[in-house]
Amino acid sequence: MALQSLDIVRRSATTTAPPSVREPHTGTVAKLIDTTKCIGCKACQVACMEWNDLRDDIGTNVGGYQNPHDLTDQSWTLMRFAEYENPDKGNDLEWLIRKDGCMHCADPGCLKACPAPGAIVQYANGIVDFHEENCIGCGYCIAGCPFNIPRISKRDHKAYKCTLCSDRVAVGLEPACIKSCPTGALVWGTKEEMHQHAAERVEDLKSRGFDRAGLYDPPGVGGTHVMYVLHHADRPQLYNDLPEDPHISPAVSVWKGATKPLALAGIVLTALAGFFHYIRVGRNETHESDERAAARETEHVRHE
Amino acid sequence: MSDMTRRQFLAITGGGLAGSSLALLGFSPGVALAEVRQFKLARATETRNTCPYCSVACGVLMYSLGDKAKNATPSIFHIEGDPDHPVNRGTLCPKGAGLIDFIHSPSRLKYPEYRAPGSDRWQRVSWDEAMERIARLMKQDRDANFIAKNAEGQTVNRWLTTGMLAASASSNEAGYITHKVVRSLGILAFDNQARV
Repeated sequence: MALQSLDIVRRSATTTAPPSVREPHTGTVAKLIDTTKCIGCKACQVACMEWNDLRDDIGTNVGGYQNPHDLTDQSWTLMRFAEYENPDKGNDLEWLIRKDGCMHCADPGCLKACPAPGAIVQYANGIVDFHEENCIGCGYCIAGCPFNIPRISKRDHKAYKCTLCSDRVAVGLEPACIKSCPTGALVWGTKEEMHQHAAERVEDLKSRGFDRAGLYDPPGVGGTHVMYVLHHADRPQLYNDLPEDPHISPAVSVWKGATKPLALAGIVLTALAGFFHYIRVGRNETHESDERAAARETEHVRHE
Repeated sequence: MSDMTRRQFLAITGGGLAGSSLALLGFSPGVALAEVRQFKLARATETRNTCPYCSVACGVLMYSLGDKAKNATPSIFHIEGDPDHPVNRGTLCPKGAGLIDFIHSPSRLKYPEYRAPGSDRWQRVSWDEAMERIARLMKQDRDANFIAKNAEGQTVNRWLTTGMLAASASSNEAGYITHKVVRSLGILAFDNQARV
């Protein structure tokens, strides 16, 4: 028995291996967001705040339905509204609404960038979770995230984001947003089930004239445990700049990949050089003759 | 230990300090362990109810502090949809999903209040006072304005000067009874606040 409710597979800035014998044999979990069924009611936003004991500030209206304007440490999910005039359909207005939030990447850039041991973990079921107790507030996770999701709290200077309701999933429940969704645009299950569900939705959409409908499960980050069904899967950037081919920033792989062993090698080499210098050349020592010469020099200077 | 030199003492203590400093600086391997937030509903009291907002009447589950023990004062701290309710099957709209703040709102109406004509303030009244006043005013108005027959002498039993606005989150049975009461008085203007 492990000392935790969910098995972990990866932990930030940690080299010791987690217990790895147990695996989710019935499949990892996934949330599927069907943007074609979403009516932008924001029940998911409210349910998220309610479950996670968050309350964002009352914002100001800037002329759209998006509220708040951006993700915050108190708003872990956000409906992003885009108005698109489709030239293929006589400039018909299409209201593209996307529920933004953590994608729970199989290859999480935040976790790779994080220097604080155990501040970010990945569970065997696919959830990527932040443990704010260990967070040092450096913000590297934001630089590492291809989707620009984590936010540093101004109150405690720690990073926050969607947990995929890991506390609910750990006891066998679905996340709060999934449960609330009145149109069934949010669905929940194993990743395999969600792939099947998405395939049915895409087929249905294609039969309704959305030829480019498709599933968004970007391979650049190893696939995600939050996936989208899009009417325009060929142009995800229409949905408020959903990245077309997300990758972890090369800066992260350079910093965490090559720089780390190189710097370590630099430290070790300096220590080695010092050691061999000590062995071969030894300390800088003064002899009697040096002392006498120095005394003579002093005398000389005094007399002048 | 009497033959330990000053030099040896410094070397041992210095070495110990350097070693523990390195460990504190994070060079010791951390334990690969992580725990999720504790599930907050584990033994809370679960109560079924109906969302008070619109006529869809979604089922909700309300979770309150304590297990109904005599000395525990229950206070609702979480609400979510009732998956066994045929209307919403666990889902809720943003208003329903945010019911917890409606319950604990400082401006929530908890008892009948009365504002006299021309007055600028509300005063708290008892349920008995409120019911009696409503009944008396209804009877006065009905006695004065009830229309038993129309111009052609047909029996119509209309009471057009008073309307009834009923609650939307009612069961079929409550709705049936409300309807019978209102129609048997002759009221025609009858609606409920089913506008979401």
